[in-house]
Amino acid sequence: MARAQILQAILIWVLLLILLSLTVGASFLPLGRMNPVVSMGIALIKASLIFWFYMQLKKERGLVRLAALGAGAWLLILFLLVSSDVVTRGSF
Amino acid sequence: MTERHIPETDVEKVSYLRAGHSLRSWLLTTDHKRIAILYLYAVTFFFFIGGAAAALVRIELLTPGGDFLTNEGYNRTFTLHGVIMVWFFLIPSIPNTFGNFLIPLMIGARDLAFPRLNLLSWYIYLLGGTLTLYVLVAGGVDTGWTFYTPLSSMFANGNVVAATVAIFIAGFSSILTGLNFIVTIHTLRAPGMTWGRLPLFVWSHYATSLILVLATPILAITLALIAAERLFGIGIFDPSLGGDPLLYQHLFWFYSHPAVYIMVLPALGVVSELVAAAARKPVFGYWFVAFSSIAIAIIGFLVWGHHMFVSGQSMYASAVFSFLSLAVAVPSGIKVYNWTATLYKGHISLDPPFLFAMSFIGLFVFGGLTGLILAMLAIDVHVHDTYFVVAHFHYIMVGGTVSAFFGALHFWWPKITGREYIMVWGRLTAIFIFLGFNLTFFPQYLLGYLGMPRRYHIYDPSFQVLHVMSSLGASLLGVAYVLPFTYLFYSLRYGKPSPPNPWGVTGLEWTTPSPPPKQNFDQIPVVTTGPYDYPVEMEDRR
Repeated sequence: MARAQILQAILIWVLLLILLSLTVGASFLPLGRMNPVVSMGIALIKASLIFWFYMQLKKERGLVRLAALGAGAWLLILFLLVSSDVVTRGSF
Repeated sequence: MTERHIPETDVEKVSYLRAGHSLRSWLLTTDHKRIAILYLYAVTFFFFIGGAAAALVRIELLTPGGDFLTNEGYNRTFTLHGVIMVWFFLIPSIPNTFGNFLIPLMIGARDLAFPRLNLLSWYIYLLGGTLTLYVLVAGGVDTGWTFYTPLSSMFANGNVVAATVAIFIAGFSSILTGLNFIVTIHTLRAPGMTWGRLPLFVWSHYATSLILVLATPILAITLALIAAERLFGIGIFDPSLGGDPLLYQHLFWFYSHPAVYIMVLPALGVVSELVAAAARKPVFGYWFVAFSSIAIAIIGFLVWGHHMFVSGQSMYASAVFSFLSLAVAVPSGIKVYNWTATLYKGHISLDPPFLFAMSFIGLFVFGGLTGLILAMLAIDVHVHDTYFVVAHFHYIMVGGTVSAFFGALHFWWPKITGREYIMVWGRLTAIFIFLGFNLTFFPQYLLGYLGMPRRYHIYDPSFQVLHVMSSLGASLLGVAYVLPFTYLFYSLRYGKPSPPNPWGVTGLEWTTPSPPPKQNFDQIPVVTTGPYDYPVEMEDRR
């Protein structure tokens, strides 16, 4: 592995640790219903970094990127339709 | 056919079946055809274990008193039946046997993209299966195959964790197989084998593989969460710990409804092949049939909430899921209409594979239409958790998938083994399975509509006549399922050697000798025509 690649991997790792401490820190802030939104937002950034650099999507062809995007889209389907129940459950 | 033993032919001597005689050569093989045979043995074994559990259930239901099994014993028996039939027979049945055997042959490849991963998936499957057998010996599990919380996480006394670990492990076998098929279909197609020339069997397996890869991890995570709550008291589904019991149902059905399509999509692919072969015609509307598989795979992910109409799910969400559930019928309908149009003015031969295909179409349509009834909110409230639901999904999974499994077995048996079987027995089996199946499950529609709940073994005596009919049908069905093992094994020793293309049909798998050599093709074929380029010249048949 080239020196630049090792440095990049360490940099991403440090970035992930900073984001982790942000998640922990945000959980102590009195943000109310925004707390999960902030946590999920940070998690999304962390996942993107892992996909792009550690799973090397930045080097892959369009089809492989599409497959990874597909996994994200399916997760979105799960969240969206579960939310359609949870958000409206007590409203009838 | 002759009574005399027919010795090994020259073709058989150089086939994959003779490429190594030792047990080691089978257990360490990376040949997709041999791994398919290993899977065939394994799924057949589990089919009979699951079938034995079904037999106990049907014996119990002969009388309304619950006098054969205890309450707990009955719960454990139907759970075992469901767990084994779903995860250890239906899901791997067609993809891991016929898919494994045929996909490389159909696309002109020498093997799957990851042959060692293919063997690994078989061992992982066996590990999961062995753990399930341990659960059986250790006393079973009583939650139903759905493992609903809070029963499974807080109250059930059976081996819940062991059972979920078994299914968790088996799931990885599915993921590896799906991944292998996707990569193989993308990268190993022979020159000229464009997407528009792929047999519809391959398209349906591609769609199935997408579901296997996208849905199975969710099941693994969900089962792991049950174990976490049960073992460590982490609040995921338990309301007293801040969890949500309905979240379990959402996660479970996000996998398990698409899993229905994992079970039936490969069967739809088989039937597309059988119908074209029987009619000796190109499949009507090839692209519609191909893309309907993809559409089923995608829309199938959007409908899971119809399992939760009476669970306390929001009425608004239920209305959305009801609409989406009706939408999934459209691509299924396209397939049935196109098969029918394919048969129109075809030169139909009433061979056993065609009879199984016709049986499939009839039962699939009936099961599918009752699925539409269940997708409608108001009616579902009336028949939810009754035998109507039991009958509906058995029409799809048993009437559909198992009929297609036997159809595939009878169609590709000469290719797999190099021997022909006695056709009249194949025809009789197809007829017996159709009759036995309907006698078993049609009365269950009536039972459900009249109010017989599922998973009860003590019932109102007015239901007994229909239950007795159902149990009699199950006996006939059991005999019909055993029948092929006699004449198919007989054919291995006494059957006439099969030519490369005994049915006179199209497809690259029929251009190789029967049984094929280890490397499938002497030279990788160059494809110049579409997948159903009929009529086939007579000299091509032999």
